Amino acid sequence: MSERFVTRGFVGRRGGADDAGTGDDFHARTPPGQYLTNDFPVLSAGPTPRTPLDRWSLRIEGLLGSPIEWTWNEFLALPARDWVVDISCVTKWTKLDMRWRGPSVDTLLEAVDIDPKAAFVVAWSDGGYTTNLPLADVLNDQAFVAYEDDGKPLTPEHGGPARLVVPGRYFWKSAKWVRGLRLQTKDEPGFWESLGYNNRGDQWREERYTGD
Amino acid sequence: MAGTIAWQLATVKAVRDETPAVRSFTLALPEWPRHRPGQHVDVRLTAEDGYSVERSYSIASEPERGAELDLTVERIVDGEVSGFLHEVVVAGDRFEVRGPIGGYFVWEAPHGGPLLLVAGGSGVVPLMAMLRHRARAGSSVPTRLLYSSRGADEIIYRTELENLASDGSGLEVLHTLTRSQPPGWTGYARRIDERMLAEAAEPLGIGSRVFICGPTALVENAANGLVRLGLPAGHIRTERFGPTGT
Repeated sequence: MSERFVTRGFVGRRGGADDAGTGDDFHARTPPGQYLTNDFPVLSAGPTPRTPLDRWSLRIEGLLGSPIEWTWNEFLALPARDWVVDISCVTKWTKLDMRWRGPSVDTLLEAVDIDPKAAFVVAWSDGGYTTNLPLADVLNDQAFVAYEDDGKPLTPEHGGPARLVVPGRYFWKSAKWVRGLRLQTKDEPGFWESLGYNNRGDQWREERYTGD
Repeated sequence: MAGTIAWQLATVKAVRDETPAVRSFTLALPEWPRHRPGQHVDVRLTAEDGYSVERSYSIASEPERGAELDLTVERIVDGEVSGFLHEVVVAGDRFEVRGPIGGYFVWEAPHGGPLLLVAGGSGVVPLMAMLRHRARAGSSVPTRLLYSSRGADEIIYRTELENLASDGSGLEVLHTLTRSQPPGWTGYARRIDERMLAEAAEPLGIGSRVFICGPTALVENAANGLVRLGLPAGHIRTERFGPTGT
């Protein structure tokens, strides 16, 4: 159905359920089919993993000279910056101006010698979650690994101690509880990408589901 | 891989109140691939000037009903879509739907059991699709539903659940009412806690498949509690909605 069907009696509120914004700027920053919220809803497929920080590490592996693994304290010592980005979840909410802190993926990858054949990244997490991204989509400040949200340590429900954040894609690509990035020549669908969700997940193209 | 999940025009066949704030809509669809219990659909409403909104709603009905499905929608305070569905939509109205969507929070009879379902409020909706399917498929998989509501008048599908639990198929429903209990109430009367989870889970053993759906705090508590009781995290599937509280 290419033409949208006009719903009898529907006018709409134009501000979204939470009325988090009605101005033109807010409107322009809301991807198609999304509504603005001030909440930070929690979504995940299973129980929240809790790995003690003294057993936590972040690893970069795959197509590179030799893998690297940071302990929690080593990870915190990496050059980090503050990020203010808009986040869109495939369940329809968009939250503007979310504040995070953490190192960019570029910073992490500077520590390894990437094989030029590497074209895709698989992020993997505690609990077995995975998500895939083209390498080009996480470079040049397009992605970071956050350990703070709004000035506070990232809570376990929201993916703490650290999560990948890729603001240019639906939020399932921002792997909670991230523990590693694997560089590959071939793309490999992750958890949701294998369960009916879109392989790329660009919210501005409304790539929600397989085939969108 | 499958093609695009296309928008199609659903016709409202019936509307019925489940509770004061919850209403079910029976939709007829031109073509509907068999859904799996636990999946959801996207609903899109469009105004005359082209403004449109989308929301996701769990499917409440079993797949055996063919190209007809029930959505059960709780009215959210100031909800743009739920408010419209409750106030304006009547039988004969049409709106756009696409689906089914989601492939993880699903249970079908061949998956077997035992099955432990934990619901908070309207989180019972996708679990009801599983229970209706279980009944229609003639499954006798041992199943327990632990269902938390605020008050007796907020229990969704109360009569149908009683009927399903008395058909001899091995379903037990355990209610808890967290805010107010009617005189003579014999169910639980507190928020779901570890003792309640243990009592709900124990008869089924630690090999249960678990599905939990409800507000975030309930889902977090129930999932963490069941992990502490020794159920494998990999057998626990969750679906959450609502704000985080703080």
